[in-house]
Amino acid sequence: MDDVDGDGGFIRLDRVEKVFQVRRKTGFLRSERREVRAVDSISFGVARGEMVGYIGPNGAGKSTTIKMLTGILTPSGGRLRVAGIDPSRERTRLAHRIGVVFGQRTTLWWDLPLIDSYRLMHRMYRIPDARYRANLDRCVELLDLGDLLDVPVRQLSLGQRMRGDIAAALLHDPDVLYLDEPTIGLDVISKARVREFLRDLNAERGTTVLLTTHDLQDIEQVCRRVMVIDHGRLMYDGPLAGLHEAGESERTLVVDLARELPPIEAAPARVVKVEGPRQWLAFPASESAAPLVARIAAAYPLVDLSVREPDIEAVIAKMYAERAGEYEGMVS
Amino acid sequence: MGGPVWSVAEGRPYGAYRRLADGLRAYRMIAGMWIRSTMAYRLSFAMTMFGNFAGTVLDFVAIMLMFSQVDELGGYTLPEVAFLYGLASTSFGLVDLAVGSMDRLGRRVRDGTLDTLLVRPAPVLAQVAADRFALRRLGRVTQGALVLGYAVAVLDIDWTPLKVLMVPMALFCGGLVFGALFVAGGAFQFVAQDAAEVQNAFTYGGNTLLQYPPTVFAKELVRGVTFVLPLAFVNWLPALYVLGRPYPLDLPAWVAFTPPLVGAGCCVLAGLAWRAGLRSYRSTGS
Repeated sequence: MDDVDGDGGFIRLDRVEKVFQVRRKTGFLRSERREVRAVDSISFGVARGEMVGYIGPNGAGKSTTIKMLTGILTPSGGRLRVAGIDPSRERTRLAHRIGVVFGQRTTLWWDLPLIDSYRLMHRMYRIPDARYRANLDRCVELLDLGDLLDVPVRQLSLGQRMRGDIAAALLHDPDVLYLDEPTIGLDVISKARVREFLRDLNAERGTTVLLTTHDLQDIEQVCRRVMVIDHGRLMYDGPLAGLHEAGESERTLVVDLARELPPIEAAPARVVKVEGPRQWLAFPASESAAPLVARIAAAYPLVDLSVREPDIEAVIAKMYAERAGEYEGMVS
Repeated sequence: MGGPVWSVAEGRPYGAYRRLADGLRAYRMIAGMWIRSTMAYRLSFAMTMFGNFAGTVLDFVAIMLMFSQVDELGGYTLPEVAFLYGLASTSFGLVDLAVGSMDRLGRRVRDGTLDTLLVRPAPVLAQVAADRFALRRLGRVTQGALVLGYAVAVLDIDWTPLKVLMVPMALFCGGLVFGALFVAGGAFQFVAQDAAEVQNAFTYGGNTLLQYPPTVFAKELVRGVTFVLPLAFVNWLPALYVLGRPYPLDLPAWVAFTPPLVGAGCCVLAGLAWRAGLRSYRSTGS
């Protein structure tokens, strides 16, 4: 029933587009219309129970995609299905199947105790009493909300409120949970707690999770699959590890020599930095480090060494830079 | 939106009736939450309620001051003006109480919090109407009802069953027209997100206009109000009928009975405007 498309996609996008007409003031009472393709023909499928990270710079089209998937925005073109439902046409029906957490906009009632917001969800979603109580108990236990239920939301810390918001989105047992920047502004401990909860939720309930984030640790620790979007287009879709190859990322070998020496020569590695007897060498992430280390050890007085994994943020920044270059190339 | 769909929760057809029932249900729940939120600050609530009441009392005091200088205003005595004022103020007050927060929609569109309403399984209009539901607005209703009561007690009206019926009808239909204005104004804010003041000019401005007898205003203005904004139906025509006064613009006597039609028409138009506004928001975003 859910996988009506027959291709196993619980969430299914086929060449989905979103075009905005943007008016820009060019003078007094004069404006210029311009088309902006916030989402430019994106296709992907997400199977039930997957956890997917959706990343990209501001204005890349992340939020627009989430808004189309939740039925807030109507796509300008293409085909979109979530659990067999067309989100923009059957918004209220879809609402029973999805949970949404907006990182920067709480849905909790500011002046009322936390529990009151949950009671409203209970009634608004018509959650059967037994199920509501079971879900609430579980969320309270796993998100450590026990002492907070009777506290007015305005007195909660940011991390506590985020946990409260996540619980509010899950009381009606949604099949899909969308999180828009769920860890933004949280301290390290709160972030860890949220990530752990999401992993547990997925493992126990098989809830499909789609999250957008700026924090790549969210992806590393929560998602098996990552999608990178820029300028409204999908640039990468696959496991996190593959991102390194796609981004032609490099690992770094840090070498401590017995004394100061001229830059080491050991192709394909190249020296990127020299600081006294210590040298930094970059080499492709796809290459093995062992032969390189052996060669250097044979030719140089080696004291110590360490290998650093590529920084995923740098990888993505590089992808963007390359892409931006392509765009400039197209224009000129 | 559009086409017959099925409600997941109940598995029953999701028709217009169900939508209305769902809307009212959501409205009750959200308004209840706002009342409880307000009660978190009881003193503040009591003070704003009093302020609201006092503010509208001053309104009427201004009219009384005018009458201390002149015996008649546009040919109308103080109790007659009180009757007009009370009718308009009561029906406006009731609608303001019910959907007066519609002018906050623009802010919700701007800061993106409207999206949090769109992911809930309840009609957006009901959620927006109940937003920031404020019991303090009862102040205006109370004041309007008091003035209306005073007018009815003092005026020497030859009550017939029709005239008696006319008062609740005028209140109800006035509510429909004001309500339609609020909703249409809200719909306008989807397009122009800082138009709260434009909307207020029509709703609050319209209310002020109706509190005075039509003869005070220039003929062109009266014609505009009667036909462009059917606000006159809210109040003037039924009230003049009750008072046994001639209509402005020599309209036939039976127009006093048209308010239900006009009110229903306004609501349909406002509903269409709302749908168009929401559709436009969902196709363009914030």
